[in-house]
Amino acid sequence: MKAAKGTVFKYGDNVDTDVIIPARYLNSTDASDLAKHCMEDIDKDFASKVKAGDIIVADKNFGCGSSREHAPIAIKASGVSCVIAKSFARIFYRNSINIGLPIIECEEAADAIGAGDTVSINFDTGMITDETTGQSFKGQAFPPFMQKIIDSEGLINYINSKD
Amino acid sequence: MSKMTMSQKILAAHAHLDEVFAGQLIEADLDLVLGNDITSPVAIAELNKFSKKGVFDKDKIALVPDHFVPNKDIKSAENCKCVREFAIKNKITNYFEVGKMGIEHALLPEQGLTVAGDLIIGADSHTCTYGALGAFSTGIGSTDMAAGMATGKAWFKVPSAIKFNIVGKPSKWVSGKDVILHIIGMIGVDGALYKSMEFVGEGIRNLSMDDRFTIANMAIEAGGKNGIFPVDDIALAYMKEHAPGKKITVYEADEDAEYDEEYTIDLSTLKPTVAFPHLPENTHTFDDIENIKIDQVVIGSCTNGRIDDLRIAAEVLTDHHVAEGVRCIVIPATQKIYLEAMEEGLIKTFIEAGAIVSTPTCGPCLGGYMGVLASKERCVSTTNRNFVGRMGAIDSEIYLASPAVAAASAVTGKLSQPSELGL
Repeated sequence: MKAAKGTVFKYGDNVDTDVIIPARYLNSTDASDLAKHCMEDIDKDFASKVKAGDIIVADKNFGCGSSREHAPIAIKASGVSCVIAKSFARIFYRNSINIGLPIIECEEAADAIGAGDTVSINFDTGMITDETTGQSFKGQAFPPFMQKIIDSEGLINYINSKD
Repeated sequence: MSKMTMSQKILAAHAHLDEVFAGQLIEADLDLVLGNDITSPVAIAELNKFSKKGVFDKDKIALVPDHFVPNKDIKSAENCKCVREFAIKNKITNYFEVGKMGIEHALLPEQGLTVAGDLIIGADSHTCTYGALGAFSTGIGSTDMAAGMATGKAWFKVPSAIKFNIVGKPSKWVSGKDVILHIIGMIGVDGALYKSMEFVGEGIRNLSMDDRFTIANMAIEAGGKNGIFPVDDIALAYMKEHAPGKKITVYEADEDAEYDEEYTIDLSTLKPTVAFPHLPENTHTFDDIENIKIDQVVIGSCTNGRIDDLRIAAEVLTDHHVAEGVRCIVIPATQKIYLEAMEEGLIKTFIEAGAIVSTPTCGPCLGGYMGVLASKERCVSTTNRNFVGRMGAIDSEIYLASPAVAAASAVTGKLSQPSELGL
């Protein structure tokens, strides 16, 4: 994915993996099943309102807690095209890259972008544009090694391509 | 001269490099790859997408169904069946079926599968527990687990570190849980984000192995990549008992290793500490805790289900009874701990006090089963997370505490410390 555009769902600090996908649903590994309950304990309307391409914007330490890959899987399967946050918990960060869910660290964007804004992202340049307010932000670039995993759309494809 | 932390030295050795620096991306050889019944089925599905088939080393993979085990429902049973069939097909040496199973982070050190100097990844965030023995161990997700199982390697961004200088001796009812809750309260749930938490200092000799497992276990609750202790006589004795014959490599930080921050923790000043809803950093001591009535107590988990924890809980519960209207659930973390608790008479103490004792499972910690909370219920729990809805209804509340505080609270029916029972 080289670009994304969608409506913003906005959250605060420390959005943990237990609210992204509560453990009571972890008896399933089916992505579409998980998507039905995504963000349920923090925003019960998320699953019914989210549309393909929409964007999550949050404050610091997004995805803290459990190592469950079900969390980025649920977000990706909900149709979310990118998560922008001030910072990410490290396991969530790895997992997102490994499964090909685009994520961007950008403190300024997280502060300025409001819920419901229309935001577009150019993944080649790292530019985030809030089309509702006209403001633009530059997200932090990935190290080249991680960019290769992202470009391969996940770790498994990357490793397969090396063999 | 190099200036590496203890964690960096282990990473350098496993990447076959003389030296590494914070921020460097490396690929390193793994000594153990771990998964449970929640994360392994996703990993197994990913593994099947590899062009290269099979696992890198059947002896270096540990599969521990423990979260929703014994199977809590049909879907969980199917997940366990998937893990079981994979283990059989790939002749995985360290697959732990019900009967051998325990909570992974209590079980693997007990089985001698995690020792000093090892580099371990696990598809469970509390994999950082093994740092108590001087290993570099960290939680990862299912795809990393799959790649680890297939290739025996993982990529790491070399972390910088925070140094915690531990001094002094804790008072009677202060244990590892109070130490780590105090630290998380001080630095916050992202205070060690992406970093190693390196514990050093003369006070460590006053912390039992079980205290250290508890402290390393909750490094992730401060956002840490790993938590790690120096390898002293207590750690060596533990490994001699549990991992006889296994190669142990002791790494020490360089004298001039660089740390982002340094803190001194004087154990003698710590008090029983409780994390209030809904973050582990929201800590209080009993100086500012008022009358908080509770409905349930859980004593167990990968954080506090070890024999020391059960001994402390039993000491508090002896000659006392669980308060009317309170459910007290005790969960020994492994079969061996369960048996030890039985032989020492602890199980009798629990049952006579009106508590129940469950077979090893992660169950209630993550709201799986065996103690799920209803709306507006409050639980004092020796587990590790008190996020919204973690143990059940989204308007239930979790207070994280030590086994001593949990047991005392079970007796009084409100959040309490042992001194309130005259102990």
